[in-house]
Order: sequence, then structure tokens, then C-alpha cells
Amino acid sequence: MKAKPLSKLKSSARTKQGVWELRLYVAGQTPKSIAAFANLKKICGEHLEAKYHIEIVDLLKNPHLAAGDQILAIPTLVRKLPPPLRKIIGDLSDTARVLVGLDLRPKS
Amino acid sequence: MPKGKANALYPELPKTPTGIQGFDDISGGGLPKGRPTLLCGGAGCGKTILAMEFLVQGARQFNEPGVFMAFEETEGELEKNFSSLGFDIKGLIASKRLHVEHIYVERSEIESTGEYDLDGLFIRIGHAVDSIGAKRIVLDTLESLFAGLPNPLILRAELRRLFRWLKDKGLTAVITAEKGDGTLTRHGLEEYVADCVIMLDHRVSDQVSTRRLRVVKYRGSSHGTNEFPFLIDRRGVSVLPITSLGLKYATTTERVSTGIPRLDSMLGGKGYYVGSSVLVSGTAGTGKTSIASAFVNAACLRREKCLFFSFEESGSQIIRNMRSVGIDLGPWIDKGLLQIHSERPTIFGLEAHLAELHLAIHDFKPKVVVLDPISNLESIGLEADVKAMLTRLIDLLKMNRITGLFTSLTPPGQSLEKTEVGISSVADTWLLLRDIELSGERNRAMYILKSRGMAHSNQVREFVLSDKGIDLVDVYVGSAGVLTGSARASQEAQESVLERQLQFETEQKRLELESKRKLLGSQIAALQARFKSEERAVLHLVKQEKKRQNDIASGRREMARRRQADKYEKRREE
Repeated sequence: MKAKPLSKLKSSARTKQGVWELRLYVAGQTPKSIAAFANLKKICGEHLEAKYHIEIVDLLKNPHLAAGDQILAIPTLVRKLPPPLRKIIGDLSDTARVLVGLDLRPKS
Repeated sequence: MPKGKANALYPELPKTPTGIQGFDDISGGGLPKGRPTLLCGGAGCGKTILAMEFLVQGARQFNEPGVFMAFEETEGELEKNFSSLGFDIKGLIASKRLHVEHIYVERSEIESTGEYDLDGLFIRIGHAVDSIGAKRIVLDTLESLFAGLPNPLILRAELRRLFRWLKDKGLTAVITAEKGDGTLTRHGLEEYVADCVIMLDHRVSDQVSTRRLRVVKYRGSSHGTNEFPFLIDRRGVSVLPITSLGLKYATTTERVSTGIPRLDSMLGGKGYYVGSSVLVSGTAGTGKTSIASAFVNAACLRREKCLFFSFEESGSQIIRNMRSVGIDLGPWIDKGLLQIHSERPTIFGLEAHLAELHLAIHDFKPKVVVLDPISNLESIGLEADVKAMLTRLIDLLKMNRITGLFTSLTPPGQSLEKTEVGISSVADTWLLLRDIELSGERNRAMYILKSRGMAHSNQVREFVLSDKGIDLVDVYVGSAGVLTGSARASQEAQESVLERQLQFETEQKRLELESKRKLLGSQIAALQARFKSEERAVLHLVKQEKKRQNDIASGRREMARRRQADKYEKRREE
């Protein structure tokens, strides 16, 4: 985490049909944010193969962006694509719930 | 606003004036500066409006920009809703004196996957505050978070942090919250916001609702503890503190004519005091509205503005009816000196009526206000409420040096001195009208029950309405008792016949005496004449006798001379 720039991190440079666009809102490098990012990467790597795109928004740097996606809780993961828009809050430590939240696994 | 009322010995808590009419009076200057205040109450009790007005007045009056974080309504909705109160939200936003931000929380869109915090909200608030340099902030309604976000434990911890953070930023905050079942707020926000708690209430009694406001708690400050009714009208919120208004108004010795010359003279010759409250009570059809109209007419003649609130008749009906007693109010309306507001009391609640009165008085700035009749208000409120409302109205009138005239209908069979709404104690001058039923007719009588601060007549006057106007006539008080109307007239006629009779008889006696004197005079003259003739006759006789005696004497002497009588005889003769 420390080595990587938080602003933009691409796992896949291609943006084409079927690519997942995810946006992770954080506020500085708090332990929760770092954990969330690590958890997200792990889950994406396991379930989305290469077809995803993660954008990290640091609200401490860009506070005006919080209103756009109606962010309250930190960290919040927003699934921009595919629709519908989904929000997952918390440090993403509960993998099963993250998968449900991302519609990768039906609610049991 | 007692803004700088701070005691020298005990400096008061710094306060932020809200600019809301009346509120700063009951809270001793406003909300605690730089601290959060909890505004709680049930649905539809006016929390959002009060909170928004706090910001709008802050921006308008005190040059303190404000942020409105709306959890329930969008910016567009708020703009629309508040434009009806005359708040130009859009303009204030454009001039950077207000920032409105909608915070949308939808539980179904949110999946919780572990620990979180509310830094996002903090950042948004911080950003909004910084963008316009806000001093005031409203969070409406923070409790939506409980519905929208999982894990209440985290939420509570975060809210505690939020209030701390707001205090640290020195923001005067208003946090609204829904009233809970038996608690101030549904989610116990009062635990965190402990500095000042204001409770709003919206109660319906007898199908009429009244809004009330109460300062439940105000740490470090004295405050009015009563429930104060408040209004939401076209100008926003006004709290109407009866007790805090107090009896502080200045009085005057200036007087105004009642419009009825004879009534003026009964009231010490000058009429009502300016700024006093006049109560005219009486049973049905005793001429209450006519007395009110006469007063209005007189005020309009003096070029003073009048406001006539009628709860029974329409404006045109009043004008028509008053023409029949010789008072034409029509031209005054055309000249803009008179406004007649006609409304059924039941059309809205007491508070709304009071608000209407407030607005109309504020806009029109009259010198005279008439309410006809106040007893009709009883149909929409309890006696105590109506009394409270009228007390507030009278206070308002007195503070503005407006003379108020209220008519009140006394129901038949009740004590005449019972005014329905019991405001007689706040009336300065009380005219009582009653009818007197006597020998098959009803007549109106009037007397002054009280008139504070002036000498006034204690006489009952007959109150006569004719097409020439209103007149007060002395009633007949005599051997036959108190008479009015045609009984008085016939009694007066009878008395004048008697009087004439008496006059005639006196004259007759005088003439008799005169003729007697003349008769006696002529008798005296006749007697005198007779006496004179008798006297003459007697004197003549005496003269003759003397002559005869002389003749005799001279005869005798002749005879003696001839007989040569002695000298003795001669001597005796001489």
C-alpha cells in the first residue's frame, strides 16, 4: 500500500464492455483505508480476474468529490459499473458480504 | 434583543441571536454560541422551518453565513418550500451566504462489510463550512443516519465525535431530531447534545392545532421555561412570548374621540385613551358593531388608518348595514384609510388568526384595530387559549400604540358582565350594552362599566340608533322608575301636558285676581264719589244753617235795638 499511489491504480488498462469500474473513497491513509484497499484488491483478483478498474479517491485531498457519490462513511466502495450503483461501506473485511454487495454472489 | 445584557459580575454565556421574532426574548439572547443545540419534536411541528430561519436570519441580519445539511429533502425541494415563506434560498446560495447540501442515505443501496467511520460526512461538512466561511450550521435530521447506516454502535461513537468536532470548529449548530416515544428524541441524541434542548410541539385540541415551543434545557443560561405558542406564517416563524413581553409599554394621556359626542362627554369629555383597549360587550342586537363603526368613522375622519376584522359579516355587508345608521365607511376604503378583513373564525386555528392579525397590522400599520366580535373565536379554542391569544394581541397593539376595540357577544341568560372569553380584565375601557324590555318594546341602554384612568359618567344612557346616526339620550328617571324608548317619550309627553295644564290654571288665577282688583277699584271709586256728593251736601247744609243763625242773630239784635235792650245783652252778643 505504501508503495503505491493512492490516486489511481490500474489493474487493467483496458476499458471495454464488461469491465468493472470501482471507486474506493478514503480519507487519508488510515488503517481502515489501507485494510479496505488490500481486501478489495484481493477480492477483485480472485473474482473478477483482470476485468476491473479501481479508482481511489482521497477525500482529504479532494473533499468536493464526497457530495457527488453521497459519501458519508469511510471507507466506501462504489460500484459505478455495471449498473445499478452499489455502495459498500466498511473495511471490506467480510468477504462474503462484499461479494453480496458487489452482486458477485446471491444473498444466501 | 437583550444582546449585551451580560451581568458585570457573572458574565453570561455568549449567545448567537437567531433573529427569529420572539425567540431571542425567551432564550435570553439566542442559542449558545459555538455549541450544538438540539431541536426536537414530532412530524410536521416546524423543525426544519425553524432551523432554516435560523440560518436565513443569520445571513440576512447578522452577516453570519450558514450551512444546511439536509438529510431528508433535496436542495430544490427546500428552495421551493421556503420561497413560500419569503426566504430566497437561491439568492442566498448565489451570494455565498448559505450553503445547502442534500445528504442521501439509502439503506438498500448500502452493504456493510466491516468497520467504518463517518469521515466522509465530516469532510463534507468541513468542506461546506469552509467554502462560505460558515458560522452556523443545521443538520436536519441527523437521525436519518440511524435508518440508513448499519451498526448503531459505531454510529453513536461517530456522532459523539461529530458534536465534539462541531464544538471545536466553533460552529453554532442546530441539530433536529424526531421526537421519540417517551423520550426527547427517537435515538437518544439528547445524550450527546446537552447544551441546549428546544422542544417543538404541535397539539390538536378541539380540531384546532397549535404549535408550541419550549426551551427544555439551556446549560449556563436562564431561559423562559414555559411553553410558548409559535406561528409559521408568510414571514417565517414567530414565537409569541406572553410572559416575556411583559407590561413594559409606554402609556400616553392622548385621547381620541369615540365618534359619538355624548359618549365622549361620558368619558370625561375626551373619549378613549390612545393605545388603550376598549371592550364593548352586550347581548345580540344591542349595537356593538355600530359603536365600533362610529369609532372607525371618527378615526378615518382624523385621517388615521383603521383595520376592521370581522368574524361575522363581510365587508360589504358591514358597509351596507352601517349606512342605515348614518355611517358611510365605503369612501374610507376607497381612500385607503380602512381595511376590512372578513374571515370565519373556523377557517383556521387561533394561532393562525393571530398570525393574520400580526401580518395585517405589520403591513397596514393602523392606528385603530377593531375585532368584531371576539366571542366568535371561542368556537375554535378553549377560553384560556382565546384569552391568551387576545392578551398577546393586546400587548402587540399597546406596544405599537394602537387603540383596539373589541366587541363581545354576551349570550342571553348569562350574567351581563361575563364576557365569553374573559378578557374583561385586560380591557381598559368597558362599555356595556344591554336591552331593556318594557311595555312591549325593547330599547338599548348603555353604560360605562369601567374606564381606567379617567373620570367617567356612572349614568345609564339610552342608546338610540337612527338614520341620522348614533345618539345617547338621557333615560327618564322619575317617579315611575327608569323609562326608555316610547315609554320615556309618552311619559315625557304626559308630563308636558300636565305642565301646560298647570300653566293654564295659574294664568287663569292671575286673570281672576286682576279682575277682582279692577272690580274693587271701581267700587272704591263709586264710594268715593258718593262720599264726595254727601260731603258737599252736608257742607252746604252747614253753610245754610250758619247763615240762618246769622240771620236770626241779626234779627234779634234789630228787635233788641227796637225794644231798647240793656247792654248786658249786647255784651253777651259780642
